[in-house]
Amino acid sequence: MPIEILMPALSPTMTEGNLARWLKKEGDEVHSGDVLAEIETDKATMEVEAIDDGKIGKILVPEGAQGIKVNAPIALLLGEDEDASALEKFAAPVAQPAPTAPPPSAENVKPPAAVAPSVKERGNGDGRIFASPLARRMAQQAGLDLAAIQGSGPQGRIVKSDIEAALSPGRAAPARAPARAPVAPQPVPAAPVLSKERVAALAGNPPYTERPLNAMRRVIARRLTESKQTVPHFYLTVDCEIDALLKIRGELNAKIAAAGIGPRPLPNTLSQAGEGRVGASGSEKGWGISVNDFVIRAAALALRQVPAANASWSDEAILLWDSVDIAVAVALDDGLITPIVKAADRKGLAAIASETKDLVTRARAGKLKLEEFQGGTFSVSNLGMYGVREFAAVINPPHGGILAVGAGEQRPVVKNGALTLATVMSCTLSCDHRAVDGAVGAQFLAAFKRLVEDPLTMLL
Amino acid sequence: MTENSFDLIILGGGPGGYVAAIRAAQLGMKTALVERDQLGGICLNWGCIPTKALLRSSEIYRLLHRLDEFGFSAKDIRFDAGKVVARSRAVAKQLSNGVGYLLRKNKVTVTHGHGRLAGKGRLAIERDGKAVSELTAEHIVLATGARARSLPGLEPDGERVWTYKEMVPVAIPKSLLVVGSGAIGIEFASFYHDMGVEVTVVEMLDRVLPVEDEEISAFARKAFEKQGIKIHTGATVAALERNGANLTARIEGAGQGGEVEVERVILAVGIVGNVEDIGLENTAVKVEKMHVVVDEWLRTGEPGIYAVGDLVGPPWLAHKASHEGVICVEHIAGVNDVHPLDLHNIPACTYCRPQIASVGLTERSAREVGREVKTGHFPFIGNGKAIALGEPEGMVKTVFEGKTGELLGAHMIGAEVTELIQGYTIAKTLETTESELIRAIFPHPTLSETMHEAVLDAYGRAIHF
Repeated sequence: MPIEILMPALSPTMTEGNLARWLKKEGDEVHSGDVLAEIETDKATMEVEAIDDGKIGKILVPEGAQGIKVNAPIALLLGEDEDASALEKFAAPVAQPAPTAPPPSAENVKPPAAVAPSVKERGNGDGRIFASPLARRMAQQAGLDLAAIQGSGPQGRIVKSDIEAALSPGRAAPARAPARAPVAPQPVPAAPVLSKERVAALAGNPPYTERPLNAMRRVIARRLTESKQTVPHFYLTVDCEIDALLKIRGELNAKIAAAGIGPRPLPNTLSQAGEGRVGASGSEKGWGISVNDFVIRAAALALRQVPAANASWSDEAILLWDSVDIAVAVALDDGLITPIVKAADRKGLAAIASETKDLVTRARAGKLKLEEFQGGTFSVSNLGMYGVREFAAVINPPHGGILAVGAGEQRPVVKNGALTLATVMSCTLSCDHRAVDGAVGAQFLAAFKRLVEDPLTMLL
Repeated sequence: MTENSFDLIILGGGPGGYVAAIRAAQLGMKTALVERDQLGGICLNWGCIPTKALLRSSEIYRLLHRLDEFGFSAKDIRFDAGKVVARSRAVAKQLSNGVGYLLRKNKVTVTHGHGRLAGKGRLAIERDGKAVSELTAEHIVLATGARARSLPGLEPDGERVWTYKEMVPVAIPKSLLVVGSGAIGIEFASFYHDMGVEVTVVEMLDRVLPVEDEEISAFARKAFEKQGIKIHTGATVAALERNGANLTARIEGAGQGGEVEVERVILAVGIVGNVEDIGLENTAVKVEKMHVVVDEWLRTGEPGIYAVGDLVGPPWLAHKASHEGVICVEHIAGVNDVHPLDLHNIPACTYCRPQIASVGLTERSAREVGREVKTGHFPFIGNGKAIALGEPEGMVKTVFEGKTGELLGAHMIGAEVTELIQGYTIAKTLETTESELIRAIFPHPTLSETMHEAVLDAYGRAIHF
């Protein structure tokens, strides 16, 4: 009997995924441990390994297929003494088109568009979207993306009233209980129906090229919309002089190079050229400590000093996190991802530097494990390498804050009544006001500034 | 906390109050329940339960008259009204004791007496006209229930003009006039008719069971009239005269006036909330049309005072009261994931013959709120089990929203439909569409197959009709 190779569950909550790429083709010999295919979920690409030895008899799910259910057979593996004839009696019943096509039936002669494309109901790193059958049908008829709708039913399930609320932007959610006296309107974020046609019409119908939405783009859109609509943001900016930091960084990197720990030190572009470029992790091959590594460590230590800033809001209590796990925003070609430096306050600069570099490299290759980019207690986003002077970032829920780091650049500063030059880096903290008040945010920024401006204290 | 101070006090031990008390105790609240009469309230002592026991007797009596049809013979079939009533009382007693046990098990402090609000967070208890104690709590839930509404000129006297409360310790009269054809009136009409009483029903509106779907209402009327119940709709009792041992009722209405002579009259023209003498006077609790006004979380206008069940208005159903009790208490306790009651998902049952049950919108109300409607029907005569049972009289009607396939309502008449309606209620609560109901498998042979067929019929796919 041929062995079925099944769609793996990459996380406990995963229900379906996309088959990104086959690394083996029909007829290839495989051995236990060989990588057979790459599976893509919302954010990560994972490898499927062979568990048995044998020959790929038949590929059941083509490359690029989307929305394949966990445990659906994706290929058949022939044992040593089996040949292709074993497939004939076997393949037929299981080789159903795994993706979205519904089984044809007399009633189901609707145009394919009427069948909810599975990608619309896919979600988010948290797994399956719970919605009532009626809500699903109403969303499908209205062209709404369920992933963008907040459920108000049992256990957060999306129910009819959520769809009705989403379909009537600007109107408060209709009371679910009819014929009752005063009902407090519940703010349910409206998900406007932004069809391509509508957006094009709003722009006056100029010609355009369409870029299909992938799962990550939908997650970014949903989470950040939710954040801006539900999290009361406020912003605090501080200027940090980083000349001392750059000097120590140069010395440390020179020592790393001299000790032969890494291939070569990073070019210390910032202090020497003064061009205001701070690489997230520096050159691809180089091994060194970047300004951003200092920022991560300083932020982590400052959160340790001001624990009230390392907090998240819940409807029942503010959660003060025991650990300081810093999510670092990393730009990808088609989106962004936030790998996490866990327990960053207990890691030295070298550990942070090597860990960040590894995370960034694997993030760009789409090889992060789910637990490496889901979670965290605070975020750091750095656009200094693009010459951005300062910016305000959107909080990544449930984090209580995100630190937006600008470019280090030479600016005139007044010291003791005299004009002089210093390398200044502006950092803006976005806080969730429900969990972190202005004074707490300011204390955190003051602690952060002290550490950055006196970097020796960071080495303690 | 002292002996008399609690987290929560509940005034009234009916299905709203005692369920709320048990739920509160489960949630860790120190809970007191105050009841002036018997635990279980009207439902358990005078309403739902004892009448179901009576109806069981009338059902058996009726079947005994059909013995030949099923292949039996017996002579001299009679009943002993005293025993019929005694059984009904025993059933009520057993269940009331059960409520007492459940409250003790959950460590709810039960106080007997009449409670009145006495200032913020305080409830004064009076027994036999004497003040006995005062309980305090941050939260007080009023669950004092309701009583039969009376009409001018038709005031119940407990002797010849009854409400549900007097008729339970039944005497079986020769003839009976039922005023009002809602669930309570029709149940009693059906019971007494099956016990051999000559029954006349007077309904002010143009059809019996006016809250039910029109088709069900018409089906029911036909069935009742076939059995021999006289029905006057669009009619009122203009006068009631005591005439020796009998009463003469003058019925006025659209072309069907006349006089009816009866031994007894039952008044079943709705109920009003027990809003008096519970200390609402000095509070911000708002009372409208004899019911306490509450919001979706059962809060009254007075902070810390809540009200549930019949006291807050229709539908006057025990299961609605219990559900409100739970919602109210869970909301007070800050339980996650509490949801307000959806009035469209409350099933209603009438235990007449044939039984009637429904949930959600009627076809007319669905159309009135502007819904595009699809309906399905299925008669019991097309159902194998119904025929085998000898109960082929009945039908099921479904109401779907045309565009979305939402199940808006379901309406049933026939044997055991009160046990079947929960299938549609679950479907509605889960917001299923016709698609899930069509795919669901109903066991054969059961009466529930009629429910499947009525869904199929709405989409032109009924198999057995």
